[in-house]
Amino acid sequence: MIEQYIPVFLVIAFAIVFAVLVVFSSKLLGPQRPTPEKLSTYESGMKPVGSTHERVSVKYYLVAMLFIIFDLEVIFVYPWAVKFRILYNEIGTSVFVSMLIFLIVLELGYLYVYKKGGFKWE
Amino acid sequence: MSLLQLIGITAVKILIIFTMMMLTVSYLVYFERKISAWAQNRLGPNRVGWYGLLQPFADVFKLALKEDIVPTNANKPIHTLAPVIALFVAFTTYAVIPFGPDISLFGITIPLVVADVNIGILYVLALSSLGVYAITLAGWSSGSKYSLLGGIRSSAQMISYEVSMGFSVAGVLLFAGSLRPAAIVLSQHGWMWNALLQPIGFITFVVSAFAETNRLPFDLPEAEPELVGGFHTEYSSMKFAGFFLAEYANMIIASALIVTLYLGGWQVPYIESIGLPAGLVIAIQIISFFAKIAFLLFFFIWVRWSIPRFRYDQLMSLGWKVMFPLSLINIVWVAGLIMIFRL
Repeated sequence: MIEQYIPVFLVIAFAIVFAVLVVFSSKLLGPQRPTPEKLSTYESGMKPVGSTHERVSVKYYLVAMLFIIFDLEVIFVYPWAVKFRILYNEIGTSVFVSMLIFLIVLELGYLYVYKKGGFKWE
Repeated sequence: MSLLQLIGITAVKILIIFTMMMLTVSYLVYFERKISAWAQNRLGPNRVGWYGLLQPFADVFKLALKEDIVPTNANKPIHTLAPVIALFVAFTTYAVIPFGPDISLFGITIPLVVADVNIGILYVLALSSLGVYAITLAGWSSGSKYSLLGGIRSSAQMISYEVSMGFSVAGVLLFAGSLRPAAIVLSQHGWMWNALLQPIGFITFVVSAFAETNRLPFDLPEAEPELVGGFHTEYSSMKFAGFFLAEYANMIIASALIVTLYLGGWQVPYIESIGLPAGLVIAIQIISFFAKIAFLLFFFIWVRWSIPRFRYDQLMSLGWKVMFPLSLINIVWVAGLIMIFRL
């Protein structure tokens, strides 16, 4: 059982080594001649104004919350989807109806967010 | 198969796939520039080598020999970590995608997939969502406003489309009854391609794949007229190349996923029944897999020059108001097909 996953670990190890090699290769190959101007933040040739670590619009936070709510539902649907045909042959339409009820409840929440203007960006 | 054999075979497969991937990425960049040039009635790269064929190598060497600049405002460890994550995601996701049927060499049955795990689809979804971290951290750690805006926009965009992507995949799982990519490919025998049986899910998945890979018309994270370079404004030399490489590798993986989930994977309809020798059939199947990927990659570039970039609010409302309900309808549609036609 576990030996299925040995290739996965090999791939992950290989990817880490390769990614680190690529990122550090220019440290080895490229020149290092830093000047204060070169190291300043790019702002179309102007002197950088203000800091970047300020507040971010709450809209993005809302998107993140909606994502967590709706993406969790995906995880509930997957096991049902994988076993659907077997369960349908055993117990019939109630397998479908129960998931339909679940999706309708999800859709009600979706409609509520929609009505409240959760998907509006101006 | 002993443990040592398994490790040896896996290492060979990783090396083959990896080399092919790097070559495809290089030439994808070349072909993107060539096709863009044709679309705009210009010549494109034609100086380095015959018809500019050595251009990708010239670009890589040039980037490797450039100075690696870390701005003073940047958060140095995270600024370095971000491209590592991007590359890591790009080079792990391909592991579970089958590119051919099982073959037997010297009495050993070798599946033509690097890791034949039974949770393959979950593996792909889990790793590809890590890609959000690379872009968000790159944008946040650079200490530049362009990068920050690009990074935040991109994280919002990617997580929005991930929801409809997840629901579209549920439709495929309904038919296949398994999370193993090899089983999903086999469930699409003959003309039972998921693209034909569930066209709604196919469309929502392809659109989400475009959004997840930050390709036009959804490339707002790096929309150059407003955000300069977006999240990689403050990156130079190989760190920039890392993001670039990861973007193109992600395009290839997205195409491979679309082929595996919706276009029958490596299968050619009814080829087994013609009566060709077994070796030839397998060769045709492997070639057909790569031909399908090549067509989808061309499609990516084609769309780039056909559809203008979305505005940000259009992008978000397309994701939440159109793609999300459509992907739910797709689940009901597929479940209905299974119940009515006993497919």
